[in-house]
Amino acid sequence: MVAGWFTEGGDDREFRLLGTRCGACSAVFFPREDSFCRNPACAGGELTEVPLSKRGRVWSYTAGRYRPPAPYVSDPEAEWEPYTLVAVELEAERMVVLGQAVTGVAVADLSVGAEVEVVAGILSEDADTEWTTWYWRPVEEAR
Amino acid sequence: MNDVAVLGAGMHRWGKWGRSFVEYGTAAARAALADAGIDWQDVRSVVGADTVRGGYPGHVAGATFARALGWQGARVTSVYAACASGAQAIDSARAQILAGMAEVVLVVGADSAPKGFFAPAGGDRPDDPDWLRFRLLGATNPAYFALYARRRMALHGDTLDDFARVKVKNAAAGALNPYARYRTAVSAGQVASSAVVADPLRLLDICATSDGGAALVLSSMEYARRHGAGDPVRIRAVSTVTPTYPRTVLDLPDIATDSAAAVEPPAPGFRESIARAAYEEAALGPEDLSLAEVYDLSTALELEWYEDLGLCGTGDGAALLREGATALGGRIPVNASGGLASFGEAVPAQAIAQVCELTWQLRGTAGERQVAGARAGITTNQGLFGHGSAVVAVR
Repeated sequence: MVAGWFTEGGDDREFRLLGTRCGACSAVFFPREDSFCRNPACAGGELTEVPLSKRGRVWSYTAGRYRPPAPYVSDPEAEWEPYTLVAVELEAERMVVLGQAVTGVAVADLSVGAEVEVVAGILSEDADTEWTTWYWRPVEEAR
Repeated sequence: MNDVAVLGAGMHRWGKWGRSFVEYGTAAARAALADAGIDWQDVRSVVGADTVRGGYPGHVAGATFARALGWQGARVTSVYAACASGAQAIDSARAQILAGMAEVVLVVGADSAPKGFFAPAGGDRPDDPDWLRFRLLGATNPAYFALYARRRMALHGDTLDDFARVKVKNAAAGALNPYARYRTAVSAGQVASSAVVADPLRLLDICATSDGGAALVLSSMEYARRHGAGDPVRIRAVSTVTPTYPRTVLDLPDIATDSAAAVEPPAPGFRESIARAAYEEAALGPEDLSLAEVYDLSTALELEWYEDLGLCGTGDGAALLREGATALGGRIPVNASGGLASFGEAVPAQAIAQVCELTWQLRGTAGERQVAGARAGITTNQGLFGHGSAVVAVR
C-alpha cells in the first residue's frame, strides 16, 4: 500500500522508517519524495533512500475515542477501542512524524518531550494479507 | 487603495436542514442581492465557492448558483480551496473588479455537510495524503485539533477550563445571532460533561458539521457611488498565501512535517504569515482592529489565532481570553458572530459568512451583538493543503 515507507523483515531492533534525502541540499522527506526536491531554493538533486532516526521525542499526542470513518479499517462488529496517536519530533531530521502508539499505550502513559521509538506492527489483515505499519513505543527508562 | 465595496451580504441560517446546498446558496444570494438593492440580471459576474463531498467540484460550481438564479449570461467562476474556498471566491471577485473585468460581482458559497467526521472520497487512493492519514492512522480532523490542544497545555499551561471558556464565550455571542445554528448559552460544566472525542478535546470543544450558505455582492467603489452607496463597507485586503518551506508544524492532512535539516524554518509560521500578508496589504495592524472572526474549529485553536493575529504574544492567548478582552464588550471581540462553535462548518460558505459578519458589524447593524463603533475587522482561516485565508474590511 505504501511501498518503501519502512524496512521490511528483520526484528524491532532494526525496524526503521525510510525517507529520501536530496543529494544537492540534503533536505529529508517522509513520506518519501522520489520525484522532485521540495526545497524552493534547491535546483534539485538525486533523491536517495535514507533510514530515519529510530528514536524521537513526543511533540504531542491524543486518543481517538470514536471510530474513524473509512478508509480506516476496523471491524464494525467489535466494540471500539480508543487508539493513541503520537506526533514525534526526530532530532537529526528536525521533523515531526505522526503514528499510532503501540496497543496498550494510553494518553496517561505519555508526555510532551518523552522518548519513544519506532516499531513494526500490524495495521490490518484480511484473508490474503497482513498489512504492516509503524507504531511508536515509549522507551523504557534505563534502570 | 485597491478597495472594493461590499454592497450586499446575505446568509441562509446554519443547521442540519437536510436539503441541497443549492437551496442554501440561492437563498443567501437572493438575500445579498436584496440587501444590495441590485437586480440579479444586473450582475455581470458570479463566483461560486465549491465543495467536493457527495459529488465532483463541477456540480458545485458558480454555474450551479447561476442556473438556480436563472441563466442570464454573466461571467462565471468556480473555486475550490477547502475551508479557504470562500476567501478565494472573494479574491477572484475582487481581482475581476480591480482589473475592470466586472463592476458588480455575486459571490456565493453553500454546503450540505455529512454527519460526523469529515472523510475523504472513496476508492483506494494511496497517492492522496488526505486518504492516507485516514487509512494508515485513523487521524481525523479532531485528532489534529487535539494534538495542538495538548501541546498548548504542555508549552503554555493552558487548561481544559480555558478551552471551555472559549466555548462559553462564543455560545453567548451565537445566542444573539439569528443565522447561527446553536442559539443557546453553554456553561463550562456542560463542556466538561460532554463526551471526549479526541483527548483532551470534548464534543463541545469541537465545531459541528452543518448546512448553511452565505453570499456577498461586491462592486467597484465607482459603481457603489453611482448606486448611491457613498460610504460602503470596503474590502481592503485578501490574503491567500501558501506556507513557506519548511513547514514545521504538523498540519492537516499531513503525516509528517517538512524537515528543517537543510533550511531553517521561517519566522513567522504559516498561520501567522496569513495574517501578516493581510495586514501588509491593508496597511494596518492588530492595534487598528475593532473585531476579528477566526476559524475556531476547536476551542483551543481559537487561542492560537489570537497569537497568530498578533492580538497578544505567543502563549498569551488564554490570558487574553481570561481577562475578557475577546468577549463581546471586550477590547477586541473575537467571533462576535458566535464563530464555528455556534455555526458549525459549512465549508465553502464559512469564509464568506465571516465577511458577512464584518459587514454587518462595520455598518453598525449587528443588533444585540454589535461591537460599538466598529471601524476595521479581520477574518482568518486556513484551507486544507496549504491555503491561507484572511480578509480585512474597513469602514
